[in-house]
Amino acid sequence: MTYSQRLVNLLLGLAPIALALMLSTLVLIAAGAPPLEAYKHLLQGASESPAKIADVLVVWVPLVLCSAGLLFTFTAGLWNIGVEGQIIFGVIFATWVARNIYLPAMLLLPLMILAGMIGGALWGLLAGTLKVYGGIHEIFGGLGLNFIAMTTNIWLIAKPWRPDLGATMQGTDPFQPAAWLPRLAGLRLSPVSLLLAVMAVVVVFFILRGTLWGLQLRAIGKNVRSAYLLGIATNRHMLLSFALCGALAGLAGVIQVSGVWGRDIPQISGGIGYLALLVAMLSGFRALGVAPVALFFAAIGVGAARLHLRMQLDPSLAGVLEAGLVLSVLLVAGLRTRLPREG
Amino acid sequence: MAVCRLAPPLALAREAMRVELRGIKKYFGSVRANDGISLTVDPGTIHGLLGENGAGKTTLMKVLSGFVSPEGGRILLDGEETLFSSPAQAIEKGIGMLHQDPLDFPPLKVLDNFLFGRDSGFLQKRERARKELLELSQRFGFALDPEAYVNTLTVGERQQLEIVRLLSLGVEVLIFDEPTTGISTPQKATLFATLHRLAKEEGKSVIFVSHKLEEVLELCSEVTVLRRGRVAGEIAMPCTSEELVRLMFGQVITARAAEEVSLGEPVLELRGLGVHTYRLDLSPVSLRVRAGEVIGLAGLEGSGQRLLLRACAGLIKPSRGSLFLRGEDMSGKSYQKFLDTGVAYLPAGRLEEGLIPGLSLAEHFMLARKGRAPFFINWALARGDAARKIEQFNIIGSPSTLVEGLSGGNQQRALLALLPDSLRLLLLEHPTRGLDVESALWVWDRLLERREEGSAILFTSTDLDEILERSDRILVFSGGRMLEVLDASQTDVEQLGYLIGGKRG
Repeated sequence: MTYSQRLVNLLLGLAPIALALMLSTLVLIAAGAPPLEAYKHLLQGASESPAKIADVLVVWVPLVLCSAGLLFTFTAGLWNIGVEGQIIFGVIFATWVARNIYLPAMLLLPLMILAGMIGGALWGLLAGTLKVYGGIHEIFGGLGLNFIAMTTNIWLIAKPWRPDLGATMQGTDPFQPAAWLPRLAGLRLSPVSLLLAVMAVVVVFFILRGTLWGLQLRAIGKNVRSAYLLGIATNRHMLLSFALCGALAGLAGVIQVSGVWGRDIPQISGGIGYLALLVAMLSGFRALGVAPVALFFAAIGVGAARLHLRMQLDPSLAGVLEAGLVLSVLLVAGLRTRLPREG
Repeated sequence: MAVCRLAPPLALAREAMRVELRGIKKYFGSVRANDGISLTVDPGTIHGLLGENGAGKTTLMKVLSGFVSPEGGRILLDGEETLFSSPAQAIEKGIGMLHQDPLDFPPLKVLDNFLFGRDSGFLQKRERARKELLELSQRFGFALDPEAYVNTLTVGERQQLEIVRLLSLGVEVLIFDEPTTGISTPQKATLFATLHRLAKEEGKSVIFVSHKLEEVLELCSEVTVLRRGRVAGEIAMPCTSEELVRLMFGQVITARAAEEVSLGEPVLELRGLGVHTYRLDLSPVSLRVRAGEVIGLAGLEGSGQRLLLRACAGLIKPSRGSLFLRGEDMSGKSYQKFLDTGVAYLPAGRLEEGLIPGLSLAEHFMLARKGRAPFFINWALARGDAARKIEQFNIIGSPSTLVEGLSGGNQQRALLALLPDSLRLLLLEHPTRGLDVESALWVWDRLLERREEGSAILFTSTDLDEILERSDRILVFSGGRMLEVLDASQTDVEQLGYLIGGKRG
């Protein structure tokens, strides 16, 4: 690679960030807010105190888990939109265990994790089965299943799991103490969840990069017909990728109920399943890219809360920034393929 | 312009037109679909464009009608050089094409389709158009109902609709691409009468694209024969069908290398095997193939050969009959089971169905490995294995070369290198298509080695010489039927050409 090519590549890598900043700056100006001050609050809001940093990590953990899971399905060429529902089914399974089984924490927590991962995996498998055997495109299947999962959770909270007193839609009763993941003093962050997220990234990285199954998944994603003719069991591998993605999403769900909220609430997934799609795309579908991109997204999300407090700006500005960034990356990638190629 | 003629009942603004194509070139990757084709069509004639499938006929006509832009060459209309960048422009200049598959809008009405392509302003003048449609169809003896829905029409009627639509747009040159596929005999008679009328009475130029000898002999006053992207010859009618066959298929006299391979046990047995698909039905085939036997499947593309190969590979389920591999009934067995029994299928689309663009050669060899594969890949070992295969199969490339970066010949070598070691039945689609002579010979050397190891080979090819030279027996296909089983040593190119063209010798 020549020097000038390297320079072009670097500029093209930075271009989407510049573009996204321009976009959000325009939005800020249109909203009547001084952009520089807003960015300052955004950064400070995500980093000024240990509590803020912990908050960022609280968002980061489920985001990383879901994005890492999505790498399985993306690698197989599948658009698994149903992560949101898979999180919720992880939540539902784990909540059932937390409400019905009484064991010491050392046994109960692994059981909840296992149950949550099974719940997510089953919900993912359902989308996969609809795709592979029912001919329903995974985008539509996933969207439909997301609504069903969300409604199921709301119904559970409103009817069978309704607290005895003051029946509101706030959520279930807090879990038994044994069902809470151990947290750092005074924070909502559980070190166990951090460990699980890091492990997930490492495992996904090695599976996709180093195993025959990862290679087979890549083959399916790049050309499913050739892969089939080569004798790869395409259907089985696709289903397995849905199940694994669902399991990691389910794990994210367990951490949401057991590590963050301590009970089931209607908005338990909070759109993380959709945000994870953006993270996976922005990381170029690479496991090692997922961790920093997710951190960035989590920081913006947490920092935006402060914009609301200090500058009366709606926190949905974070969404504008994130979406703007993804669109810019896709746009620059699209332009790149149109550039005349040398040599 | 000042001369005022009484306008005929339809808008026939232009005089008849002379079409000249000069040195048209169109390449698709390494395939030379049109390799410097020149052609002249005189007004008021029916000009035949004859050739085997893949000879370049349709591509040439798509160039003339503005659907594809050529890499080189010129189009002259009445001596004036013209360049189209879209079909709409070609129609404006007076050239219209009826495609093999009608390009209409089935859920809409006849009248709606008739209105397409005209610049009539925002509001359509439906009543005037209806009158024009009725007048035109009456003139040609068509019975088109303006209010009928197109999806209730037969293919023949849809052609008629397209003819009157193009005429109403003032087209002077009409291209018919294989118009007799899928229409009934009476409709064919109507079509031929219409073509005669268009040329003789209306003074249009008609280009009739076909691979069917007798149709060309019956209709055309002049014929250009294409072969492998070039003009093989031009003949004025009348001529004999022998001359056309020779031009179409070449006249290489085949010297069969009569090596004796002793045939072994029956490997494949078909008992009344039939296949049903949306496009084509394969009528029941019964056949016994023995180990070491090479069988060539001849016929125009889409005549059922591919269906037979894919059924034998376990890729499509037969609709009737049964299939035995080494005595075992394979009905209802999965493709994986076929693979385990020692069947391999090499598809024609190398990058579409055979290889995986984006993956390297080493990754392909890893994927194709049979038996106990490790969970974790040892890439150093894998690259070493790949390097050996690459050398053994003479592939120009390295273990990390992505397959899409290989030339067609090297892709074919890679596909052969991916085949498992022991095989019983090898099914190949166009094993040497697009390869130069040397690569093709090399491919056949490898295949004959397989044969000596005892695997039976079934292959399709559009190259009749190849089929005659390599096969022990030849199956001739036409329109989804296996017409005949020939002994290759008792057959020649001409007889085969006749059979394929739907004419019996």
